[in-house]
Amino acid sequence: MRPVLFVALALFMSVLGGAPPVHAQVQISVDRGVIQPIPIAIPPMTGADPRSQQIGGDVSRVIAADLERSGFFKPLSPNSFIQRDLNVEETPRFNDWKTINAQALVNGRAIIEPDGRLRVDFRLWDTFGGKQLIGEQFISTGEDWRRIAHKVADAVYKAMTGQDGYFDTRVVFVAESGPRKSKVKRLAIMDQDGANPSYLTEGSYLVLTPRFSPNGHQITYMALRADSARVYVLDLETNRQESLGSFQGMVFSPRFSPDGSKVAFSVDRNGNTDVYLMDLKSRAVTRVTTDAAIDTSPSFSPDGRQLVFNSDRGGSPQLYVMNLDGSGVHRISFGQGRYTTPVWSPKGDFIAFTRQQGGEFHIGVMKPDGSDERTLTTAYLDESPAWAPNGRVLIFSREAGHGTAPRLYTVDLSGQNLRPAPYNLPATDPTWSPLLK
Amino acid sequence: MSLITSSNALKFAAVLGAAAALSACASHPKPPEPAPVASTPGYTPGPPSDTRPPPREVASGPTGPIPGSTQDFVISAGDRVYFDYDQYAVRNDGRSVLDKQAAWLQRYPQVAVRIEGNCDERGTREYNFALGARRADSIKTYLIAHGVSAARITTISYGKERPLDDGSSEDAMAKNRNGHTALTSGAGN
Repeated sequence: MRPVLFVALALFMSVLGGAPPVHAQVQISVDRGVIQPIPIAIPPMTGADPRSQQIGGDVSRVIAADLERSGFFKPLSPNSFIQRDLNVEETPRFNDWKTINAQALVNGRAIIEPDGRLRVDFRLWDTFGGKQLIGEQFISTGEDWRRIAHKVADAVYKAMTGQDGYFDTRVVFVAESGPRKSKVKRLAIMDQDGANPSYLTEGSYLVLTPRFSPNGHQITYMALRADSARVYVLDLETNRQESLGSFQGMVFSPRFSPDGSKVAFSVDRNGNTDVYLMDLKSRAVTRVTTDAAIDTSPSFSPDGRQLVFNSDRGGSPQLYVMNLDGSGVHRISFGQGRYTTPVWSPKGDFIAFTRQQGGEFHIGVMKPDGSDERTLTTAYLDESPAWAPNGRVLIFSREAGHGTAPRLYTVDLSGQNLRPAPYNLPATDPTWSPLLK
Repeated sequence: MSLITSSNALKFAAVLGAAAALSACASHPKPPEPAPVASTPGYTPGPPSDTRPPPREVASGPTGPIPGSTQDFVISAGDRVYFDYDQYAVRNDGRSVLDKQAAWLQRYPQVAVRIEGNCDERGTREYNFALGARRADSIKTYLIAHGVSAARITTISYGKERPLDDGSSEDAMAKNRNGHTALTSGAGN
């Protein structure tokens, strides 16, 4: 991962100083799902020379693609645009945009600075309200123009939905190849829109269940070899990886704590799998569960005080919540079927899980107290849900039928906007980074 | 609305931005470039590198397998026992195989084994690692109870990662719910 600096500065047009945020008339509720996507116009950003015009057009296309995939926006065809002389320093002719029913307009310009860096100035307009919602500027190295586009899309998404965006992010996953009986599984990373994919491991051992650290710089994952199962932490900036040590027995299902100081995982000892915690600085290991049942797939609450985990202590796999010291264990899943791989939303309001029932697998969500359970997806094999950093979108892996290659999919918390993730090769076990800095 | 004001604001912002960008760039080392990966449909994956040994030739020549070899173990004892769905108790048919495994291992005390627990695909990944670990431990416990030293046995779970049969029938699923006894040292080929 390339560390990049982005500068976001407000562009003020009508008011200097601390202008209060203006709420869009077209604001939409992410929680209720898509009712009708908002028609939005995202004309190519202007540029003073052919190269900046080229980049400006590319930036606008990436913004439009991000917003379209969210399901909340319908970018309009540039062919329909009436006003063709937009200038980021001038107020657009709102009537020209209202005529084509563009409820919002994102326009801007790309400037290649003398030192080669790229600067993008942009504004978001509420065309029917006749006012500016955002005016900002981003600067980065020229090769990171896609990240500028994602940051603009994040700003637009936030202004229009009231929720944080999730476009300037990356997804790490397990890329599969080879025959079903002896698959090669490699750790891979890509931008959330599928750009810049690359492998992180070379494939001599199986890599499973990666998870991002809260700062997005590290990945913890399971490495399975013929005679060992270990947990590693990989630093994405230095490419260095480190084992969390060898245990007596298998180690798997690692997850970072929200402050990044600990990793929870499970250890099998003589057939009994329990949840453990390791403090990454001192390497001190604490055993959290002691039940004779399977206790695995721990996931921290965002405040770091509780773990939701998977246990079959009641006779079948179900979801339980406990405090970090193992006290206060209580079951939260009471629906039909077998519940596994709980994942606490970064917002804290929901827990996603895999539910197996009636010969099919489902991705579902419930409140941390077990209430308000909803089934979001159904297929031959849906599993390994992971949250986007805004807690409103999930990515997971799906096998549509037996023997079909697994693919990554995304779905909204509402259950709407189910679609293949932009990676068209066999993949499983996705994990979504936080918003990049 | 004043366009002059806006223009000034832009220039001011750009200067601030340049200073901040430069200072932060200096503190970040450039990481190594990872290997590229094709995301196009035409991508051809390289040859798989299996972590398991290649399939053993069970067929034997006119002289039969060498006593004490892996072939001998597979033929005279059987190297796999099977489990019911989401279960880890050794079944009756498994006991007779494990009895023979225990007897064979007592005959060749220099042989060390690794018990590999396997699951069918109808479970999620991590739960299946735990379930496979239970299966491996059931076999280990059985072998120890039948005279094999615990020091000769290691266990691991491959969960649902290494199916024996890639079909989708009940039969294939049943095959994939198994415990495999691999001879790791002390056995001839």
